[in-house]
Amino acid sequence: MFENLQEKLQRAFKTLRGQAVLNEENIQESLREIRLALLEADVNFKVVKQLIDHIQEKAVGKQVMTALSPGEQVIKILRDELIETLGRDTARLKFASQPPTTVLMAGLQGSGKTTTSGKLANWLKNGGHRPLLVSVDVYRPAAREQLKIVAQAIKANLYEGEVKESNTGTVERLAKEARREAVNTGCDVLIVDTAGRLHIDEQLMDEMQSLKRLLNPQEILFVADAMTGQDAVRSADEFHKKLSLTGVVLTKMDGDARGGAALSIRQVTGQPIKFIGVGEKYDALEPFHPDRIVSRILGMGDILSLIEKAEQQMDKKKAQELASKALTGDGFSLEDFRDQLRQVKKMGSLQSLVGMLPSIGPFAGLQKHADKVDEKQVNRVEAIINSMTAHERAHHEVINGSRRKRIARGSGTSAQEVNNLLRQYAQMRKMFKQMGKGSFARKLAGMKLPM
Amino acid sequence: MIQTLFGSLDEQQKPSFLDRMKEAVTRTRENLSERIEDAVAFTKEIDRSTLDDLEATLIAADLGTTTTHEVLQTLREKADRKQIGNVDELKRLLKEELLAILTAANTQPVTKVDGTPEVILVVGVNGTGKTTTIGKLAQVFRSDGKTVLMCAADTFRAAAIEQLEIWGQRTGTEVIRTKPGGDPAAVLYDALQAATARHSDYVIVDTAGRLHTKTNLMAELEKMRRTAQRIIPGAPHETLLVMDATTGQNGLQQARLFTQSAGVTGIVLAKLDGTAKGGVVVAISRELGLPVRYVGVGEKAGDLLPFDAREFVESLFA
Repeated sequence: MFENLQEKLQRAFKTLRGQAVLNEENIQESLREIRLALLEADVNFKVVKQLIDHIQEKAVGKQVMTALSPGEQVIKILRDELIETLGRDTARLKFASQPPTTVLMAGLQGSGKTTTSGKLANWLKNGGHRPLLVSVDVYRPAAREQLKIVAQAIKANLYEGEVKESNTGTVERLAKEARREAVNTGCDVLIVDTAGRLHIDEQLMDEMQSLKRLLNPQEILFVADAMTGQDAVRSADEFHKKLSLTGVVLTKMDGDARGGAALSIRQVTGQPIKFIGVGEKYDALEPFHPDRIVSRILGMGDILSLIEKAEQQMDKKKAQELASKALTGDGFSLEDFRDQLRQVKKMGSLQSLVGMLPSIGPFAGLQKHADKVDEKQVNRVEAIINSMTAHERAHHEVINGSRRKRIARGSGTSAQEVNNLLRQYAQMRKMFKQMGKGSFARKLAGMKLPM
Repeated sequence: MIQTLFGSLDEQQKPSFLDRMKEAVTRTRENLSERIEDAVAFTKEIDRSTLDDLEATLIAADLGTTTTHEVLQTLREKADRKQIGNVDELKRLLKEELLAILTAANTQPVTKVDGTPEVILVVGVNGTGKTTTIGKLAQVFRSDGKTVLMCAADTFRAAAIEQLEIWGQRTGTEVIRTKPGGDPAAVLYDALQAATARHSDYVIVDTAGRLHTKTNLMAELEKMRRTAQRIIPGAPHETLLVMDATTGQNGLQQARLFTQSAGVTGIVLAKLDGTAKGGVVVAISRELGLPVRYVGVGEKAGDLLPFDAREFVESLFA
């Protein structure tokens, strides 16, 4: 998600690295580049200015006492600033002491309120809650139908109600009825999906306020598109002034938007970003971790997020088997290797995966390779293994010249590529075996990606 | 808002489109020119800090750093050579720069063969307003006395087909559809066959919103193009990328990748009735030569206006 911004920032810091002392001049150059990077990431220009001013102040003040390199110090200062802007803690949903807890979804048109409502219901369901969905969007064609289909897909309860007239009266009635329905059916969370509206549409903003008075929600979540530009501050600010938002959901984070809106919105509302939407599937909702994302923006990696993501998607048992096999070395077959490749592919692009690792210490080498990792190359490696017989996969040593040729033909590669794979696989086995005995990190440092 | 549900065909909005265009960009204009006034109020002479403030103004309008710098570079040089005497002249030149970029972008739709329908493919990321734009576009053509067929090729998003059908009812346009989850290329095939048989003037094709980074979904658009091409020569004649006016610099990347896969020929700038300025289209015009064809300024059937670059820029600096 933040690769681009990360890239820019890393480029910016490169200019500072290796300089003994920060002086006005080299700070200016770096700050200018940071400023450009943040602006291109769509961070609001006023927010950027504040950030830069703070950093400048702090950097000049601290230049003598540093134990870090000058570049590292600026990174640290910027990181601290960003963490402060995004909020230090992972925010959680507030629940009512007396159920149902009410969550009101708000936002501009097309930000993803209905999809997010569904994802949130799904997330709550998985957490053992009993959510009830209701759409009070009586304006957009087929909006209520959309939520109904979403509710069916995730098998969540939905209060449908009836709409005769498309007006605020109907909206309020639906909300009231849904609340009663939640109480009567023992649903502990009511999620109210609302019509998208412009922050300058007084009539519809009034409607939002009256919904708030009526429902007294524990959470009013502002759903915002991660691709939003400079205007993010304005809409978020207006929504916050009228409704006192309690949190933000940043959607469409699975794209390549640099996500500067996260900084802007956090800055003007002061409210935490609670979730991010990372895909079209209903489980593609993740809690937002400011500290992790900031580390990631700055190229320090997000090893926690990586582990969490891997854990969710990897079959745990298989992972354990693989790990124990790998560490004893001998049991780690080409078949296992292919399984691992597939798991990695499932977790997302290799680049972003490797990009989540810190670029320091044992992972420094990996980062460098990550740029060169070609997703297509992974497919080629998989194709090569696919072209082997089961016996060959289990006993790679039987693969001789003619088998090699056959495998190359079958996978549309060359004998040389097959050779490379086999050599690297052998190295990997050896390394895993050593890892089973020695220090993991130390060994990983010397690891070459097998592609 | 209630009128949204009763948008009717006999709404008379054509004569006033320039006014409405003006109205739509008034907020942008007031804001931009206010800031420029702010920026230059303290001196009649142009100095570097004036230009630096202008830079912030353009960036705040989502023009992006590259475009902003390029636009201002020329002005900066002239100011350095003292060729620009006062603020008015500065404004005039800035206006000209922007206009030049917008009007230089003039990719034209493919000319259709007489007697065959003109096929308009509508693409974009999720939630930009594709379906709504198609409803309004149908309205534009219908008011012109043309026959239109809509193709519900967004078979992925929940209730997308139903949404398009409601627009079909509002505008008196038939919708060719399939079941949810169906093959978009197949329904496109059906729609183009139907349109050919009925001698429809236009076929407007709704597609599922997709992030430009999802290569498999982008490949699906290529497949749809090939399907269209096979049935109607030159189709799709126009491929419109619907862009949310609130979009920041990612809009440029959207335009690049959608152009690569879907052969975009024009932009529809939706949701321009908010406070966002949609300045990223200047960057898109500059880099890709893609013109803005329409702007969306509301939720009613009549809320789609032809884009007029001169009018747009004039309104920005009036």
